[in-house]
Amino acid sequence: MAARRIIPCLDVRDGVVVKGVRFRDHRIVGDILELAERYCQACADELVFYDITASPEGRTVDRSWVNRVAAVLDIPFCVAGGIRSVADAEDVLKKGADKISVNDPALADHGLIDTLAKRFGSQCVVLGVDSLETDDGYRVYRNTGDPEKTMAAERETGAWIREAQDRGAGEVVLNCMNQDGVRRGYDIAQLRQIRAVTGVPLIASGGAGNARHFADVFTEAGADGALAASVFHSGEIEIGVLKSYLAEREIDVRQCSPEQS
Amino acid sequence: MAGTNVAIVDGGGANIASLEYALQRLGARGQLTTDANVIRNASHVILPGVGAAAPAMARLTDAALADVVRDLEQPVLGVCLGMQLLAAHSDEDDTACIGVFDAAAGRLAGGPENPVPNMGWCRIQRTGAHSLLDGIEDGSWFYFVHSYALPPGADTIATADHGEPFSAVIARNNFHAVQFHPERSSQSGSKLLANFLAMTA
Repeated sequence: MAARRIIPCLDVRDGVVVKGVRFRDHRIVGDILELAERYCQACADELVFYDITASPEGRTVDRSWVNRVAAVLDIPFCVAGGIRSVADAEDVLKKGADKISVNDPALADHGLIDTLAKRFGSQCVVLGVDSLETDDGYRVYRNTGDPEKTMAAERETGAWIREAQDRGAGEVVLNCMNQDGVRRGYDIAQLRQIRAVTGVPLIASGGAGNARHFADVFTEAGADGALAASVFHSGEIEIGVLKSYLAEREIDVRQCSPEQS
Repeated sequence: MAGTNVAIVDGGGANIASLEYALQRLGARGQLTTDANVIRNASHVILPGVGAAAPAMARLTDAALADVVRDLEQPVLGVCLGMQLLAAHSDEDDTACIGVFDAAAGRLAGGPENPVPNMGWCRIQRTGAHSLLDGIEDGSWFYFVHSYALPPGADTIATADHGEPFSAVIARNNFHAVQFHPERSSQSGSKLLANFLAMTA
Protein backbone atom coordinates (compact mmCIF):
# COMPACT_ATOMS: atom_id res chain seq x y z
CA MET A 1 0.00 0.00 0.00
CA ALA A 2 0.96 3.64 -0.27
CA ALA A 3 2.97 5.21 2.54
CA ARG A 4 1.05 6.74 5.45
CA ARG A 5 0.66 10.43 4.71
CA ILE A 6 1.49 13.39 6.93
CA ILE A 7 -0.73 16.31 5.94
CA PRO A 8 -0.41 19.80 7.41
CA CYS A 9 -3.63 21.77 7.12
CA LEU A 10 -3.42 25.49 6.56
CA ASP A 11 -6.58 27.36 7.45
CA VAL A 12 -6.96 30.31 5.11
CA ARG A 13 -9.00 33.41 5.77
CA ASP A 14 -8.92 36.54 3.61
CA GLY A 15 -5.87 35.25 1.78
CA VAL A 16 -3.72 34.61 4.85
CA VAL A 17 -3.08 31.49 6.89
CA VAL A 18 -4.67 31.40 10.35
CA LYS A 19 -3.81 28.98 13.10
CA GLY A 20 -6.55 26.98 14.71
CA VAL A 21 -5.26 26.50 18.23
CA ARG A 22 -8.85 26.05 19.20
CA PHE A 23 -11.77 25.99 16.85
CA ARG A 24 -13.07 29.33 18.13
CA ASP A 25 -9.84 31.29 18.29
CA HIS A 26 -7.66 31.84 15.21
CA ARG A 27 -4.34 33.58 14.88
CA ILE A 28 -2.41 34.51 11.74
CA VAL A 29 0.90 32.71 11.43
CA GLY A 30 2.16 33.53 7.96
CA ASP A 31 1.46 33.93 4.30
CA ILE A 32 0.36 31.03 2.16
CA LEU A 33 3.34 30.73 -0.15
CA GLU A 34 5.88 30.93 2.67
CA LEU A 35 4.13 28.17 4.60
CA ALA A 36 3.49 26.03 1.52
CA GLU A 37 7.15 26.04 0.55
CA ARG A 38 8.24 25.47 4.12
CA TYR A 39 6.08 22.37 4.43
CA CYS A 40 7.11 21.10 1.00
CA GLN A 41 10.78 21.31 1.98
CA ALA A 42 10.03 19.77 5.37
CA CYS A 43 8.79 16.55 3.67
CA ALA A 44 5.04 17.02 4.06
CA ASP A 45 3.28 14.49 1.83
CA GLU A 46 0.52 16.83 0.79
CA LEU A 47 -1.17 20.01 1.97
CA VAL A 48 -4.75 20.97 2.63
CA PHE A 49 -5.81 24.60 2.33
CA TYR A 50 -9.08 25.20 4.10
CA ASP A 51 -10.90 28.48 3.65
CA ILE A 52 -12.52 28.43 7.04
CA THR A 53 -14.76 31.45 6.56
CA ALA A 54 -16.04 30.69 3.08
CA SER A 55 -18.86 28.34 3.88
CA PRO A 56 -20.52 30.14 6.81
CA GLU A 57 -20.47 33.55 5.19
CA GLY A 58 -21.94 32.26 1.96
CA ARG A 59 -19.68 34.24 -0.29
CA THR A 60 -17.42 33.49 -3.25
CA VAL A 61 -13.77 33.22 -2.31
CA ASP A 62 -10.87 34.98 -4.03
CA ARG A 63 -8.89 32.01 -5.27
CA SER A 64 -5.97 33.71 -7.00
CA TRP A 65 -3.72 32.25 -4.32
CA VAL A 66 -4.41 28.74 -5.67
CA ASN A 67 -2.49 29.61 -8.84
CA ARG A 68 0.43 30.91 -6.85
CA VAL A 69 0.52 27.85 -4.60
CA ALA A 70 0.33 25.48 -7.59
CA ALA A 71 3.28 27.25 -9.21
CA VAL A 72 5.63 26.63 -6.27
CA LEU A 73 4.44 23.28 -4.86
CA ASP A 74 5.72 19.98 -6.21
CA ILE A 75 3.61 17.89 -3.85
CA PRO A 76 -0.17 17.49 -4.14
CA PHE A 77 -2.61 19.83 -2.45
CA CYS A 78 -6.29 19.95 -1.76
CA VAL A 79 -8.56 22.99 -1.44
CA ALA A 80 -11.47 22.86 0.96
CA GLY A 81 -14.13 25.41 1.78
CA GLY A 82 -16.49 27.31 -0.47
CA ILE A 83 -16.84 24.64 -3.13
CA ARG A 84 -20.56 24.39 -3.78
CA SER A 85 -20.81 23.64 -7.46
CA VAL A 86 -19.12 22.08 -10.46
CA ALA A 87 -18.07 25.60 -11.49
CA ASP A 88 -16.37 26.20 -8.12
CA ALA A 89 -14.57 22.86 -8.36
CA GLU A 90 -13.49 23.45 -11.94
CA ASP A 91 -12.12 26.88 -11.00
CA VAL A 92 -9.98 25.43 -8.20
CA LEU A 93 -8.77 22.42 -10.22
CA LYS A 94 -7.96 24.56 -13.27
CA LYS A 95 -5.87 26.80 -11.05
CA GLY A 96 -3.75 23.77 -10.21
CA ALA A 97 -5.24 22.11 -7.14
CA ASP A 98 -5.13 18.31 -7.21
CA LYS A 99 -8.24 17.73 -5.14
CA ILE A 100 -11.25 19.57 -3.85
CA SER A 101 -12.92 18.79 -0.54
CA VAL A 102 -16.64 19.26 0.00
CA ASN A 103 -18.39 19.21 3.33
CA ASP A 104 -21.57 21.25 3.98
CA PRO A 105 -22.57 21.62 0.31
CA ALA A 106 -22.57 17.84 -0.06
CA LEU A 107 -24.85 17.53 2.97
CA ALA A 108 -27.21 20.09 1.44
CA ASP A 109 -27.13 18.40 -1.97
CA HIS A 110 -25.99 14.79 -1.91
CA GLY A 111 -26.02 14.66 -5.72
CA LEU A 112 -23.16 17.16 -5.79
CA ILE A 113 -20.79 14.30 -4.99
CA ASP A 114 -22.04 12.26 -7.97
CA THR A 115 -21.78 15.26 -10.27
CA LEU A 116 -18.24 16.14 -9.18
CA ALA A 117 -17.06 12.51 -9.39
CA LYS A 118 -18.47 12.05 -12.89
CA ARG A 119 -17.05 15.33 -14.14
CA PHE A 120 -13.58 15.23 -12.57
CA GLY A 121 -13.13 11.66 -11.36
CA SER A 122 -13.40 10.29 -7.83
CA GLN A 123 -9.71 10.86 -7.23
CA CYS A 124 -10.36 14.62 -7.15
CA VAL A 125 -13.32 14.47 -4.80
CA VAL A 126 -12.65 14.43 -1.07
CA LEU A 127 -15.49 14.32 1.42
CA GLY A 128 -14.89 16.37 4.55
CA VAL A 129 -16.89 15.29 7.58
CA ASP A 130 -17.15 17.05 10.94
CA SER A 131 -18.27 14.44 13.41
CA LEU A 132 -19.19 14.78 17.07
CA GLU A 133 -19.75 11.99 19.57
CA THR A 134 -23.22 12.38 21.09
CA ASP A 135 -25.54 10.27 23.22
CA ASP A 136 -26.90 8.95 19.91
CA GLY A 137 -23.47 7.92 18.65
CA TYR A 138 -21.37 9.77 16.08
CA ARG A 139 -23.21 12.56 14.30
CA VAL A 140 -22.32 14.79 11.37
CA TYR A 141 -22.25 18.54 12.05
CA ARG A 142 -22.52 21.47 9.65
CA ASN A 143 -21.02 24.96 9.45
CA THR A 144 -18.41 24.22 12.05
CA GLY A 145 -16.26 27.19 11.07
CA ASP A 146 -18.76 29.54 12.68
CA PRO A 147 -19.72 28.91 16.32
CA GLU A 148 -23.09 30.62 15.94
CA LYS A 149 -24.17 28.53 12.97
CA THR A 150 -22.83 25.11 13.93
CA MET A 151 -25.64 22.61 13.96
CA ALA A 152 -26.29 18.92 13.82
CA ALA A 153 -26.96 17.58 10.35
CA GLU A 154 -29.17 14.74 11.56
CA ARG A 155 -26.95 12.13 9.98
CA GLU A 156 -25.13 9.25 11.55
CA THR A 157 -21.48 9.64 10.56
CA GLY A 158 -20.85 6.12 9.27
CA ALA A 159 -24.04 6.08 7.19
CA TRP A 160 -23.17 9.41 5.59
CA ILE A 161 -19.65 8.31 4.72
CA ARG A 162 -20.90 5.06 3.18
CA GLU A 163 -23.43 6.98 1.09
CA ALA A 164 -20.85 9.53 -0.05
CA GLN A 165 -18.47 6.76 -1.01
CA ASP A 166 -21.19 5.06 -3.08
CA ARG A 167 -21.83 8.39 -4.78
CA GLY A 168 -18.20 8.68 -5.81
CA ALA A 169 -16.16 10.35 -3.06
CA GLY A 170 -12.57 9.17 -3.51
CA GLU A 171 -11.25 10.03 -0.06
CA VAL A 172 -12.65 10.93 3.36
CA VAL A 173 -11.24 13.42 5.85
CA LEU A 174 -12.86 12.71 9.20
CA ASN A 175 -12.56 15.57 11.64
CA CYS A 176 -13.39 14.35 15.12
CA MET A 177 -14.72 17.45 16.84
CA ASN A 178 -14.44 16.15 20.40
CA GLN A 179 -10.69 16.00 19.92
CA ASP A 180 -10.11 19.07 17.81
CA GLY A 181 -7.73 21.63 19.26
CA VAL A 182 -7.20 19.79 22.56
CA ARG A 183 -4.17 17.75 21.50
CA ARG A 184 -5.03 14.61 23.42
CA GLY A 185 -4.64 12.39 20.39
CA TYR A 186 -6.80 11.38 17.46
CA ASP A 187 -10.19 9.78 18.17
CA ILE A 188 -8.95 6.22 17.69
CA ALA A 189 -12.27 4.54 18.56
CA GLN A 190 -14.25 6.57 16.05
CA LEU A 191 -11.63 6.36 13.31
CA ARG A 192 -11.32 2.62 13.71
CA GLN A 193 -15.10 2.25 13.41
CA ILE A 194 -15.22 4.42 10.29
CA ARG A 195 -12.19 2.69 8.80
CA ALA A 196 -14.14 -0.56 8.90
CA VAL A 197 -16.91 0.85 6.69
CA THR A 198 -14.73 2.90 4.34
CA GLY A 199 -13.11 1.41 1.23
CA VAL A 200 -11.46 4.64 0.06
CA PRO A 201 -8.53 6.34 1.79
CA LEU A 202 -9.35 7.71 5.24
CA ILE A 203 -7.58 10.76 6.62
CA ALA A 204 -7.72 11.42 10.38
CA SER A 205 -8.16 14.97 11.62
CA GLY A 206 -8.40 16.54 15.06
CA GLY A 207 -6.40 15.95 18.19
CA ALA A 208 -2.74 15.58 17.23
CA GLY A 209 -0.48 16.72 20.05
CA ASN A 210 2.63 14.60 19.87
CA ALA A 211 4.43 12.03 17.72
CA ARG A 212 2.89 9.08 19.51
CA HIS A 213 -0.58 10.27 18.48
CA PHE A 214 0.46 9.90 14.85
CA ALA A 215 1.84 6.41 15.43
CA ASP A 216 -1.39 5.41 17.18
CA VAL A 217 -3.69 6.67 14.44
CA PHE A 218 -1.80 4.61 11.86
CA THR A 219 -1.31 1.41 13.82
CA GLU A 220 -4.50 1.37 15.91
CA ALA A 221 -7.05 3.12 13.68
CA GLY A 222 -5.61 2.16 10.29
CA ALA A 223 -5.80 5.70 8.91
CA ASP A 224 -4.11 6.28 5.55
CA GLY A 225 -3.10 9.80 6.47
CA ALA A 226 -3.02 12.13 9.45
CA LEU A 227 -3.90 15.77 9.17
CA ALA A 228 -2.82 18.37 11.72
CA ALA A 229 -2.35 22.10 11.95
CA SER A 230 -1.19 23.73 15.17
CA VAL A 231 1.44 21.17 16.17
CA PHE A 232 3.13 21.81 12.84
CA HIS A 233 2.55 25.56 12.64
CA SER A 234 3.98 26.10 16.10
CA GLY A 235 7.08 24.08 15.28
CA GLU A 236 6.42 21.67 18.15
CA ILE A 237 6.54 18.75 15.73
CA GLU A 238 9.02 18.82 12.88
CA ILE A 239 7.85 16.56 10.08
CA GLY A 240 11.24 15.02 9.35
CA VAL A 241 11.70 14.10 13.01
CA LEU A 242 8.14 12.75 13.16
CA LYS A 243 8.77 10.56 10.11
CA SER A 244 11.96 9.15 11.61
CA TYR A 245 9.99 8.33 14.78
CA LEU A 246 7.28 6.58 12.74
CA ALA A 247 9.82 4.69 10.61
CA GLU A 248 11.51 3.40 13.79
CA ARG A 249 8.13 1.91 14.69
CA GLU A 250 7.94 0.20 11.30
CA ILE A 251 5.27 2.53 9.97
CA ASP A 252 5.83 3.06 6.27
CA VAL A 253 6.37 6.75 5.57
CA ARG A 254 8.04 8.60 2.73
CA GLN A 255 11.47 9.76 3.83
CA CYS A 256 13.07 12.69 2.10
CA SER A 257 16.72 12.62 1.18
CA PRO A 258 18.92 15.15 3.02
CA GLU A 259 19.26 17.40 -0.04
CA GLN A 260 15.47 17.66 -0.15
CA SER A 261 15.02 18.95 3.35
CA MET B 1 15.91 23.78 -22.42
CA ALA B 2 16.44 25.76 -25.63
CA GLY B 3 14.53 24.36 -28.59
CA THR B 4 12.15 22.52 -26.33
CA ASN B 5 8.51 23.11 -27.08
CA VAL B 6 6.20 20.76 -25.29
CA ALA B 7 2.67 20.07 -26.48
CA ILE B 8 0.31 19.00 -23.72
CA VAL B 9 -2.60 17.23 -25.37
CA ASP B 10 -5.79 18.81 -24.01
CA GLY B 11 -8.09 15.94 -23.29
CA GLY B 12 -10.51 18.11 -21.35
CA GLY B 13 -9.22 17.35 -17.86
CA ALA B 14 -9.41 20.23 -15.42
CA ASN B 15 -6.17 19.88 -13.50
CA ILE B 16 -3.50 20.39 -16.12
CA ALA B 17 -2.06 23.53 -14.52
CA SER B 18 0.21 21.56 -12.17
CA LEU B 19 1.90 19.92 -15.17
CA GLU B 20 2.42 23.29 -16.86
CA TYR B 21 3.92 24.71 -13.66
CA ALA B 22 6.25 21.70 -13.29
CA LEU B 23 7.56 22.30 -16.83
CA GLN B 24 8.00 25.99 -16.00
CA ARG B 25 10.10 25.10 -12.94
CA LEU B 26 12.37 23.17 -15.35
CA GLY B 27 12.62 26.14 -17.69
CA ALA B 28 10.42 24.58 -20.37
CA ARG B 29 7.09 25.74 -21.66
CA GLY B 30 4.08 23.52 -22.17
CA GLN B 31 1.37 24.47 -24.60
CA LEU B 32 -2.05 23.03 -23.91
CA THR B 33 -3.52 22.17 -27.29
CA THR B 34 -5.91 20.07 -29.35
CA ASP B 35 -4.33 21.26 -32.62
CA ALA B 36 -2.92 18.27 -34.52
CA ASN B 37 -0.27 20.41 -36.23
CA VAL B 38 0.96 21.88 -32.96
CA ILE B 39 1.18 18.36 -31.55
CA ARG B 40 3.01 16.97 -34.61
CA ASN B 41 5.51 19.87 -34.59
CA ALA B 42 6.27 19.82 -30.86
CA SER B 43 9.66 18.59 -29.68
CA HIS B 44 7.96 16.61 -26.90
CA VAL B 45 4.37 15.57 -26.37
CA ILE B 46 2.71 14.90 -23.02
CA LEU B 47 -0.61 13.07 -22.83
CA PRO B 48 -2.05 13.80 -19.39
CA GLY B 49 -5.43 12.70 -18.22
CA VAL B 50 -7.65 12.60 -15.21
CA GLY B 51 -11.11 11.21 -14.76
CA ALA B 52 -12.48 8.21 -16.59
CA ALA B 53 -11.09 6.39 -19.64
CA ALA B 54 -14.24 6.37 -21.79
CA PRO B 55 -14.94 10.13 -21.90
CA ALA B 56 -11.21 10.84 -22.27
CA MET B 57 -10.91 8.49 -25.27
CA ALA B 58 -14.13 9.93 -26.72
CA ARG B 59 -12.66 13.43 -26.56
CA LEU B 60 -9.44 12.31 -28.25
CA THR B 61 -11.33 10.45 -30.96
CA ASP B 62 -13.74 13.34 -31.56
CA ALA B 63 -10.77 15.67 -32.00
CA ALA B 64 -9.19 13.10 -34.37
CA LEU B 65 -6.17 12.97 -32.04
CA ALA B 66 -5.94 9.24 -31.28
CA ASP B 67 -4.35 8.54 -34.68
CA VAL B 68 -2.19 11.67 -34.41
CA VAL B 69 -0.75 10.49 -31.08
CA ARG B 70 -0.22 6.92 -32.32
CA ASP B 71 1.87 8.15 -35.27
CA LEU B 72 4.12 10.55 -33.34
CA GLU B 73 7.87 10.03 -33.68
CA GLN B 74 9.15 12.52 -31.08
CA PRO B 75 9.36 11.65 -27.36
CA VAL B 76 5.89 11.11 -25.92
CA LEU B 77 4.99 10.82 -22.22
CA GLY B 78 1.63 9.55 -20.98
CA VAL B 79 0.80 10.56 -17.41
CA CYS B 80 -1.66 8.70 -15.13
CA LEU B 81 -4.82 8.16 -17.19
CA GLY B 82 -2.68 9.16 -20.19
CA MET B 83 -0.68 5.97 -19.60
CA GLN B 84 -3.84 3.89 -19.72
CA LEU B 85 -4.98 5.73 -22.87
CA LEU B 86 -1.74 4.70 -24.60
CA ALA B 87 -2.54 1.05 -23.82
CA ALA B 88 -4.76 -1.11 -26.02
CA HIS B 89 -7.73 -1.33 -23.71
CA SER B 90 -9.09 -0.28 -20.34
CA ASP B 91 -11.51 -2.33 -18.28
CA GLU B 92 -12.96 1.00 -17.13
CA ASP B 93 -16.25 1.01 -19.08
CA ASP B 94 -14.69 -1.52 -21.50
CA THR B 95 -12.87 1.18 -23.45
CA ALA B 96 -10.73 0.64 -26.56
CA CYS B 97 -7.66 2.87 -26.24
CA ILE B 98 -4.91 4.20 -28.54
CA GLY B 99 -2.95 0.95 -28.57
CA VAL B 100 0.69 2.05 -28.56
CA PHE B 101 1.37 -0.41 -25.76
CA ASP B 102 0.19 -4.00 -25.93
CA ALA B 103 -1.39 -3.98 -22.49
CA ALA B 104 -4.78 -3.56 -20.87
CA ALA B 105 -5.66 -1.52 -17.79
CA GLY B 106 -7.53 -3.41 -15.09
CA ARG B 107 -9.10 -2.20 -11.87
CA LEU B 108 -6.94 -2.44 -8.75
CA ALA B 109 -8.17 -5.31 -6.59
CA GLY B 110 -7.72 -3.38 -3.37
CA GLY B 111 -8.56 -4.77 0.05
CA PRO B 112 -8.56 -3.76 3.70
CA GLU B 113 -4.89 -2.75 3.58
CA ASN B 114 -5.08 -1.30 0.09
CA PRO B 115 -7.89 1.23 -0.38
CA VAL B 116 -8.96 2.09 -3.93
CA PRO B 117 -8.23 4.62 -5.33
CA ASN B 118 -4.56 4.11 -4.54
CA MET B 119 -3.83 7.62 -3.37
CA GLY B 120 -0.44 8.59 -2.04
CA TRP B 121 3.28 8.00 -2.23
CA CYS B 122 4.60 4.63 -3.39
CA ARG B 123 8.12 3.38 -4.05
CA ILE B 124 9.00 2.20 -7.51
CA GLN B 125 11.14 -0.83 -8.26
CA ARG B 126 13.21 -0.50 -11.37
CA THR B 127 13.06 -3.55 -13.63
CA GLY B 128 15.10 -2.24 -16.54
CA ALA B 129 17.62 0.44 -17.41
CA HIS B 130 16.24 3.41 -19.32
CA SER B 131 17.28 7.03 -19.82
CA LEU B 132 13.90 8.16 -18.43
CA LEU B 133 15.03 6.75 -15.06
CA ASP B 134 18.58 8.11 -15.10
CA GLY B 135 19.53 9.29 -11.63
CA ILE B 136 16.36 7.87 -10.10
CA GLU B 137 17.24 5.22 -7.58
CA ASP B 138 15.42 2.00 -6.96
CA GLY B 139 12.92 2.67 -4.17
CA SER B 140 12.34 6.33 -5.07
CA TRP B 141 8.99 7.75 -4.04
CA PHE B 142 6.33 8.97 -6.47
CA TYR B 143 2.80 10.27 -5.98
CA PHE B 144 0.02 8.04 -7.33
CA VAL B 145 -3.72 8.62 -7.68
CA HIS B 146 -5.47 5.88 -9.62
CA SER B 147 -8.02 3.07 -9.54
CA TYR B 148 -6.84 1.28 -12.70
CA ALA B 149 -3.38 0.13 -13.71
CA LEU B 150 -1.46 -1.85 -16.32
CA PRO B 151 -0.03 -5.19 -15.17
CA PRO B 152 3.74 -5.63 -15.42
CA GLY B 153 4.71 -6.65 -18.95
CA ALA B 154 7.42 -6.61 -21.61
CA ASP B 155 7.50 -2.79 -21.78
CA THR B 156 7.63 -2.28 -18.01
CA ILE B 157 10.77 -0.54 -16.74
CA ALA B 158 9.53 0.07 -13.18
CA THR B 159 6.79 -1.37 -11.03
CA ALA B 160 4.98 -0.31 -7.87
CA ASP B 161 2.86 -2.36 -5.50
CA HIS B 162 -0.70 -1.99 -4.22
CA GLY B 163 -1.28 -5.45 -2.85
CA GLU B 164 -0.25 -6.60 -6.32
CA PRO B 165 2.54 -5.30 -8.56
CA PHE B 166 1.58 -3.02 -11.43
CA SER B 167 3.44 -1.04 -14.08
CA ALA B 168 4.68 2.31 -12.76
CA VAL B 169 6.75 3.20 -15.83
CA ILE B 170 6.63 1.71 -19.32
CA ALA B 171 8.60 2.52 -22.44
CA ARG B 172 8.61 1.40 -26.06
CA ASN B 173 10.58 3.23 -28.74
CA ASN B 174 9.68 6.94 -28.44
CA PHE B 175 6.67 6.27 -26.22
CA HIS B 176 6.86 6.43 -22.42
CA ALA B 177 4.22 6.45 -19.74
CA VAL B 178 4.04 6.78 -15.98
CA GLN B 179 1.17 5.84 -13.70
CA PHE B 180 2.18 8.41 -11.08
CA HIS B 181 2.11 12.20 -11.28
CA PRO B 182 5.70 13.40 -11.83
CA GLU B 183 4.50 17.00 -11.50
CA ARG B 184 3.50 16.25 -7.91
CA SER B 185 6.32 13.86 -7.00
CA SER B 186 8.82 16.30 -5.55
CA GLN B 187 12.49 15.85 -6.54
CA SER B 188 12.06 12.40 -8.11
CA GLY B 189 9.27 13.61 -10.36
CA SER B 190 11.19 16.67 -11.38
CA LYS B 191 14.17 14.48 -12.28
CA LEU B 192 12.00 12.21 -14.41
CA LEU B 193 10.47 15.15 -16.29
CA ALA B 194 13.95 16.59 -16.85
CA ASN B 195 15.08 13.22 -18.24
CA PHE B 196 12.10 13.22 -20.58
CA LEU B 197 12.78 16.77 -21.78
CA ALA B 198 16.43 15.81 -22.43
CA MET B 199 15.36 13.13 -24.91
CA THR B 200 15.63 13.81 -28.62
CA ALA B 201 13.58 12.39 -31.46
